[in-house]
Amino acid sequence: MQLTYGEYGGRYVPETLIPALDELEAGWREAQDDPRFHSELDELGRSYAGRPTPLTLAERFAPGKRLYLKREDLLHTGAHKLNNALGQALLALRLGKRRIVAETGAGQHGVAAATVCARFGLDCVVYMGAEDMRRQRPNLERMALLGAEVRTVEFGTRTLKEATSEAIRDWITNVEDTHYLIGSCVGPAPYPEIVRELQSVIGREAREQVLAAEGRLPEVALACVGGGSNAIGLFSGFVDDAEVRLVGVEAGGAASLGSGRPAVLHGSRSSVLADEDGQVLDAESISAGLDYPGVGPEHAFLRDSGRAEYVGATDEEAVAAFRRLARTEGILPALEPSHALARVAELDETLVLLCLSGRGDKDLAEVAER
Amino acid sequence: MSAQRQAAGPIPSPLPPGENQRSGQKRAGVSRGRDEGVPVRPKALAIYLMCGPETPELAEAAVEGGADLLELGFPFSDPLADGPVIRRAAERALAQGMRTPACLECLAATRARLPHTPLVPMTYASLLEAYGWERFAADAQAAGAASLIVVDLPAGVRPELRRVQLVAPTSTDERLALAAEQTDGWLYLVTLTGTTGARAELSPSLAELVTRARRRTELPLYAGFGISTPDHARAAAALADGVVVGSRAVEVAEDGPGSLSDYARSLRQALDEA
Repeated sequence: MQLTYGEYGGRYVPETLIPALDELEAGWREAQDDPRFHSELDELGRSYAGRPTPLTLAERFAPGKRLYLKREDLLHTGAHKLNNALGQALLALRLGKRRIVAETGAGQHGVAAATVCARFGLDCVVYMGAEDMRRQRPNLERMALLGAEVRTVEFGTRTLKEATSEAIRDWITNVEDTHYLIGSCVGPAPYPEIVRELQSVIGREAREQVLAAEGRLPEVALACVGGGSNAIGLFSGFVDDAEVRLVGVEAGGAASLGSGRPAVLHGSRSSVLADEDGQVLDAESISAGLDYPGVGPEHAFLRDSGRAEYVGATDEEAVAAFRRLARTEGILPALEPSHALARVAELDETLVLLCLSGRGDKDLAEVAER
Repeated sequence: MSAQRQAAGPIPSPLPPGENQRSGQKRAGVSRGRDEGVPVRPKALAIYLMCGPETPELAEAAVEGGADLLELGFPFSDPLADGPVIRRAAERALAQGMRTPACLECLAATRARLPHTPLVPMTYASLLEAYGWERFAADAQAAGAASLIVVDLPAGVRPELRRVQLVAPTSTDERLALAAEQTDGWLYLVTLTGTTGARAELSPSLAELVTRARRRTELPLYAGFGISTPDHARAAAALADGVVVGSRAVEVAEDGPGSLSDYARSLRQALDEA
């Protein structure tokens, strides 16, 4: 079991949760060793979620390059979040937990959680910050239609950070019958490992697809990083291929890796936007999904080890890339992967793989304002 | 605070309150104080206060009302184990500039007024991570702390940091044993599965937790979370060696030292009846 990544990760949670994390870890181990778990998940991926997702060559967006988009935006519910939600729902069923609690920022994970709960007949409570409800209204309505109870978080930043804290408090209170379906590769161990493994399907498929199309590995694998789940899923397919450069793109105002420091947030030690006293700072991003002051501990480890590098993109650059992909390729990306798209043109390399982690329908109002 | 101070050894274990001031009995609740002719105080009362400008005065009022031990909250921006009352108190304290150095000063000022009452900072790991783990422990001790409570640092993690361990109704017997082995002076029993905050009734989980913990340790067992009324305190003290009152004390403290003193006295009376 991977509890830590170098000096990052761990379990910084109240005692109440430790037995639940032990139980989750044991259940996850059993599931990993059970071929039925994998075949059930694969089958759901194929027949319910739409896997494998295609790889699209974006020649008009990036002239002179071979830019391949891994189309997680075409996954059911419109983002990569469903990969994780399906796997954790199966895990919750194995653990006998019939109530799911989740946090959401952009609403994509909330929709994915609500979707799997509808599919498996589980109760679903999603915490969402009031500020995010305002800017991601379509997803709020989708969650309601899917039967989830969405609880507003009205204090603090009123965004993903506070929604995550409230989801964890709910879990502490209802831990006996509740599974916490965390949406990214953050949180106490074993969550970062579970989420990476469930998202690793992105990297596995993309690796085969690029090899089939080009006969070689990509020179760069590029993904946006908020908590970092789509990036860790993509990177996991290439982390052992030293010749593939791994680049994560953070929102300029939420650069946990670019300008953070070691701190403890939401159950693990990682690189966090925090002040010198360890108080967590507010992140600032147009993209609700990247608007988070923490990041998965494995990313902090990959940064320190030099295996992956992390750069930033501003709100304006992301919006410009959003518009450009729409006009040149007929694809409306979510604002989150638009940050990664914004960094493509300046890459020295030609053969680039980018995880288009979600679709942009939810962001139309936000982009129209600009 | 003394940033240059040498990192010292482990914080000395505080004796159960009442004992270090009164007699040398080993266990709470065992006829202590009889020889000296001081009032018998078989059950301990711990009051939680958030660090702030008025805290030393409030702490004195709480002790005047009958508190034996004070937990001083060092506020954190993302307090996962806390319900709305303490979360809001932390937000206010941070807005008032109660960062780690100011909290250590608050601790020292409280110690100056209350030289004999155990003072225990209660906080979250991120503050120690930023300040330096050993440096935090050393500076807290130098400022008068008897021990520490780090809510999101469960037993088994960083065992070298001497602190009061928490156990919960969900804790397995193995974890109870580990916490009892590693704890510093007394064991904090979280009465319920949940966050801090007043509840209508005392948690029914406490009795079993006390029984299980008692099988594994002779140390005093203090029950906290959800205890807010004299009735709760009386019922909890019938099971455990003392009670910790947090959220309700923080609310009452907003009405000033007089109210807090009266409130502590009402809890004290209930405990003395138990």
